[in-house]
Amino acid sequence: MGLIDHIKPIFWEQGDSSRGIYAYRFNFSRIWKLTVWLTLAVTVIPLVVMTAIDYRVSQAAMESEILLRTTRLVSNTRRSVAYFLDERMTAIDFVIQNDPYRSLKNPVRLAQILTHLKRSFGGFLDLGVIDDQGIQIAYAGPYALSGKQYREAGWFKEVAQKGIYLSDVFLGYRNIPHMVIAVKHEHPPDGFYVLRATVDMNRLNNLLMDLEVGGDGDAFLINRQGVLQTPSRRHGGVLEQIALEVPPYSEHSQVRQILQYTKGPLVIGYAYINSDTPFILMIVKEKDRLMGAWKQSRTQMIGFLFGSIFVISLVILGGSTFLVNQIYLADKRRVMACHQMEYANKMASLGRMSAGVAHEINNPLAIINEKAGLMRDLLVMDQKCRNDPKLVGLIDSVIAAVDRCSDITRRLLSFARHSGAPAKELDLAEVVREVLGFVGKEAEYRCLDVTVEKAEDVPMILSDRGRLQEIFLNLINNAFAAVSDGGKLGVAIEKYDESKVMLRFADDGHGIPKEDLEKIFEPFFSTKIGKGGTGLGLSITYGLVQELGGSLKVQSEPGKGTTFTVILPICLERPCSEASDGGRSGENLSIEPEAANENSTRR
Amino acid sequence: MKILLVDDEIEFVSALAERMKLRGIDAEWTAKPEEAVGLAEKNCHDIAVLDIKMPRVGGLDLKKLLEKRCPEMKFIFLTGHGSEEAFKSGSTETGSEFYLVKPVRFETLLEKLRTIGAKSTGGEKNG
Repeated sequence: MGLIDHIKPIFWEQGDSSRGIYAYRFNFSRIWKLTVWLTLAVTVIPLVVMTAIDYRVSQAAMESEILLRTTRLVSNTRRSVAYFLDERMTAIDFVIQNDPYRSLKNPVRLAQILTHLKRSFGGFLDLGVIDDQGIQIAYAGPYALSGKQYREAGWFKEVAQKGIYLSDVFLGYRNIPHMVIAVKHEHPPDGFYVLRATVDMNRLNNLLMDLEVGGDGDAFLINRQGVLQTPSRRHGGVLEQIALEVPPYSEHSQVRQILQYTKGPLVIGYAYINSDTPFILMIVKEKDRLMGAWKQSRTQMIGFLFGSIFVISLVILGGSTFLVNQIYLADKRRVMACHQMEYANKMASLGRMSAGVAHEINNPLAIINEKAGLMRDLLVMDQKCRNDPKLVGLIDSVIAAVDRCSDITRRLLSFARHSGAPAKELDLAEVVREVLGFVGKEAEYRCLDVTVEKAEDVPMILSDRGRLQEIFLNLINNAFAAVSDGGKLGVAIEKYDESKVMLRFADDGHGIPKEDLEKIFEPFFSTKIGKGGTGLGLSITYGLVQELGGSLKVQSEPGKGTTFTVILPICLERPCSEASDGGRSGENLSIEPEAANENSTRR
Repeated sequence: MKILLVDDEIEFVSALAERMKLRGIDAEWTAKPEEAVGLAEKNCHDIAVLDIKMPRVGGLDLKKLLEKRCPEMKFIFLTGHGSEEAFKSGSTETGSEFYLVKPVRFETLLEKLRTIGAKSTGGEKNG
């Protein structure tokens, strides 16, 4: 027996074998399925849909929030970087405007200017003045670069052409990242000269490194070839090529998402720092990190969703099973009630009919009885015939036959008379024999060996004769159906304890299989369905025994026989003393069970 | 001892009466309950043996009518029914009465008659 069989509710396989009013009204498993699916659908689907919508909305909100924040950060940082560069360029520009050529050519003055620049702005490493032939004519700084020829240098050509030059970052002789700012100044009538300053990148680096980027982000500068200009945390050191693509030119701050990246999706904000600088500001964040908080709440939400679905399913399954089971039980009770009503009606009409028949037969029997009696009287009194034993014998046998008939009618009457009759003192053996009288002929034809044994200490019991008859009749009929011809049925009556007596109906029939044994008292359980069995006999018997305050048990061994044990209280409901008082009050009326006791022998 | 037998089954009641007479019992019978009252008024029997179920006047009603005429009269009811009716109506009546289910053994009936007869005469003596 699998788990499914174990938890399967009893109504599940309720086959609908009966028809008419005895049929179950509902298809229980269908109701159950319908209820479960419908309730699950109307509860779980909205829940899932709502969760999905919420998932989408909150994801979109979170993403747009991230992009917005990145954009803001990019544009602010861009402004700072641009300001830093502008500031230095303006400073150089100021110097070149302020000091005449001859003053700048003076290395002492140049060193003085460098000192002032260092103090006011910081980051300046050296200053040089280059004439239009590309020769450094004055230099202030840590190296001896005076007289160096720059005519073929790219930057010199560019500054000669554009008037201002901002270099990429490079290491140079100093082996520290720095950049060059060069500004051209016209020197009429025939030439120009260039003021060139080297700027240390530390300040800019610090500015970018100190930025609160969030999401393990990086802020750095690259040039237009994708070479890092400032160090980064995750994308390489200065002057290394970054793995990311160089974003296309845009005047404004831009934010892009790169979903396919080795370390997971990235959010990249960038801005070109003015059109005349080589720098592109990049702010790179790992999207997964940024979405971390949302992902946590998403996990909670999904956990909550599944938890809810689980609980809802449990409640729906449990609730539907319970309700359908209640319907099933109610319907079962209805069918039971129908059956019981039918049974009661049948018993009542059977009772009425047998009483009617008995009455109708009793009158002619009485006439036969009296006429035969009169004949006998006349014969016996008549001198001539007194000694004719044959005639007297014939009449006696007529009278004996009448006696037998009256036994039968009396039994019919007593069987019909059970309902509502007051409890009476009964001899159980007598009741059993009375019932055996009904079925005695069958026992005789089938050569059944029926014995009734009564222990000596069994007292009279106070009970309902009609019900007892019905119980015994059912059990005896049951036993007769189980035994084969020539079988045995033994009825043993014993004392059970001080207040109870026990009857055992033991047959040597085919027995009851173990799996059926626990079901045989259930209504509608029958192995004889379709063969005249209603499946109600034993359940009604069980009910009758309970009504009498007793209990009914069964023991059986297939192939060896079955024993039904009826345990009955000696006194029905009320205490004995009270009951027998009640009995005594009706003493003046007495139906004489005329000679019935002696005659009702078992056959 | 005078006995009144009333039963609508004429064959039954006549045979019963005849058997009693053979045994020297003064028994009168009728198959018509209406006539029973007249007979009782005339003879005031000691014991009446009545059928419970009779056309027009039942045994229990007849008993009341007879009791008015002869308060000392004792009753034995015969019934072919032995049903609840006999129990229930019997239990509401007072006074001593007996129910016998038909067909009754003649000896049983005789014995019952003697017992009642002895009781009533004994009672009279004591009174």
